[in-house]
Amino acid sequence: MAETGQPIISVRHLTAAYGGRVIIDDVSFDVARGEVFVILGGSGSGKSTLLKHMIGLYPPASGEVLIEGRDLIQAFGDERERILRSFGVGYQSGALFGSMTLIENVRLPLEEFTDLPEEAMNVIARLKLSLVGLGPFAGLMPAELSGGMQKRAAIARAMALDPGIIFLDEPSAGLDPITSAELDHLILSLRDTLGITFVVVTHELASIYAIADRVIMLDKRTKKIIAEGRPEELRDHAADPWVRRFFNRQASETEE
Amino acid sequence: MSGHPEVLTIIAAVTADAAGRLVLSGRLDSAGVALVWTPALALAAGSRGELGVDCSAVTYLDGAGASLLVRLRQLCVETGRECALAGLAQDQAALLALYTAGLESLAAETSRPHISYLEQVGRFGVRMWRDVSDLVGFLGESSVALGRAMASPGLVRWKDVWSTCETAGVNAMPIIGLIGFLMGLIMAFQSAIPLKRFGADIFIPDMLGISMLRELGPLVTAILLAGRSGAAFAAEIGTMKVNEEVSALTTMGLDPLRFLAVPRVLAALFVTPILTIFFNLFAFIGGAFVVSSLGYTLTTYLTRLQASVTVGDIATGLIKAMVFSLLVAGIGCRSGLTTGTGASAVGASTTASVVAGLILIAVADGLFAVLFYAMGI
Ligand SMILES: Nc1ncnc2c1ncn2[C@@H]1O[C@H](COP(=O)(O)OP(=O)(O)O)[C@@H](O)[C@H]1O
Ligand SMILES: [Mg+2]
Repeated sequence: MAETGQPIISVRHLTAAYGGRVIIDDVSFDVARGEVFVILGGSGSGKSTLLKHMIGLYPPASGEVLIEGRDLIQAFGDERERILRSFGVGYQSGALFGSMTLIENVRLPLEEFTDLPEEAMNVIARLKLSLVGLGPFAGLMPAELSGGMQKRAAIARAMALDPGIIFLDEPSAGLDPITSAELDHLILSLRDTLGITFVVVTHELASIYAIADRVIMLDKRTKKIIAEGRPEELRDHAADPWVRRFFNRQASETEE
Repeated sequence: MSGHPEVLTIIAAVTADAAGRLVLSGRLDSAGVALVWTPALALAAGSRGELGVDCSAVTYLDGAGASLLVRLRQLCVETGRECALAGLAQDQAALLALYTAGLESLAAETSRPHISYLEQVGRFGVRMWRDVSDLVGFLGESSVALGRAMASPGLVRWKDVWSTCETAGVNAMPIIGLIGFLMGLIMAFQSAIPLKRFGADIFIPDMLGISMLRELGPLVTAILLAGRSGAAFAAEIGTMKVNEEVSALTTMGLDPLRFLAVPRVLAALFVTPILTIFFNLFAFIGGAFVVSSLGYTLTTYLTRLQASVTVGDIATGLIKAMVFSLLVAGIGCRSGLTTGTGASAVGASTTASVVAGLILIAVADGLFAVLFYAMGI
């Protein structure tokens, strides 16, 4: 699958700010093709912010984001649209369209971006939904589903166009352990069979150990990456005691 | 394998070989499948006996390609034939297995059930009935809530009342003033032409005074209130409903009517009479322009206006304005609180609030006309 050794996503000296308030200060990292890359950090440390800058939702204060070597931030028009179509995003809150059924949600990108016949779109959308275990619910409205089901439907929609990269913001938050484990399994099978690259924001330690090839950990105080590597490595050998505590699930010492 | 290639030089194709097997080739991604879907299904439907599908020339297969294979298989199941897939690469076979593992059947409800015409009529009737009875219920509940607010003003969220007074009242002044000025100007000008023919243009102030104070002032102010603030109440509360903020209020033991509707209705009740006065003032200023351009002095205009207008005209106008504001703000809040789910429901309830508000204004205005006539004021 790996055609080149070149990273599929590369973030260079990215600084993210809302107004004047800097959330992420000058971070750089690469995501390799076909890996499951996990972004970690305490709540409010800027994980979602980083993700939203990587997908071009907000322009960064400075720095660049390259997706398959193409600069997402400088791109415009057709070029930008092509880059945007090369990845799918599952938002933290699902972000399904409330006025459409699940299958219509999944079919929307197919209708807009492909020339497939009606029947083909229906079959594809059905397959994506049954992949996340929602086949029987295709005709329901998002509001008729539980939170976890909405999350899974959002993942199905992110996969509608078979993108090479999928970004997921806290996909397993609010899911029961079994569903969450099934989701991990799904991520790994998609990576293994389709070679999809995943960039996942998550807190769940179990899921991090199960899926992550590599993690970066954001620090709220310094606004930088505090640790980077394989999760087992960080658990046992991280220089920063806070990182070790995170991976060993220990409470903070009181001086904080 | 990089999502979508820059240039689609290799396109997918489907042919039937001598033995009647389908031969798929090329990239079976969404672009490729768009080309081969219809011919492949036509070829498959036209063939007989076991359906062989040769995929050895398929260079790339993703969800779209897998869907085609799934559909071909399903076609065979429907017609009671065997389906033999051959030549899939290992990872392609794994992908197909992944997609078909959790699949029950494709022939499920992909569209909403069809509703017959008769049933639609019935549903419409039931919905109408429910709307009307809801409205009556809401009227009762909100009267109780308002009454309770009057009885113990400490329970009212006055901070919300004042901030709504600002958005629905102060911020509405420019548009109210503009429309009032234009209406006064236009009414005076339009009536000046025929009245002048009879030398009766001196009566323009009389006409303007009564029509503005009694009728147009409260009516137009209420219409503007419905379009500006009734809609805003519906959208705001509707969005809160969609985000389950209303549920959160309820479970905290805070009555949404008291918490959300009462402050808005009270604010509308306070500001609408003031807005009506403001509207009338600007209408008279507009009329003054026309009258002075006809050669009368400002003093004449004001004296005529004062002579023709009674306290009863002013009072009836303000009472109407207050009743209209209760109706408009109440219906706005009600539409918000009965919002369904999803973004489009917010749009629907905003529309409903304006339409219902206008209907209620018109109905109430008619009732007032009869009532005032009967009372002789
Ligand atoms: N749209 C926004 N406007 C202003 N500040 C924001 C916005 N979104 C997030 N923030 C701030 O950025 C910081 C990081 O938020 P976020 O990236 O959502 O954290 P995380 O996902 O790690 O919990 C928080 O302090 C938050 O208040
Ligand atoms: Mg977040």
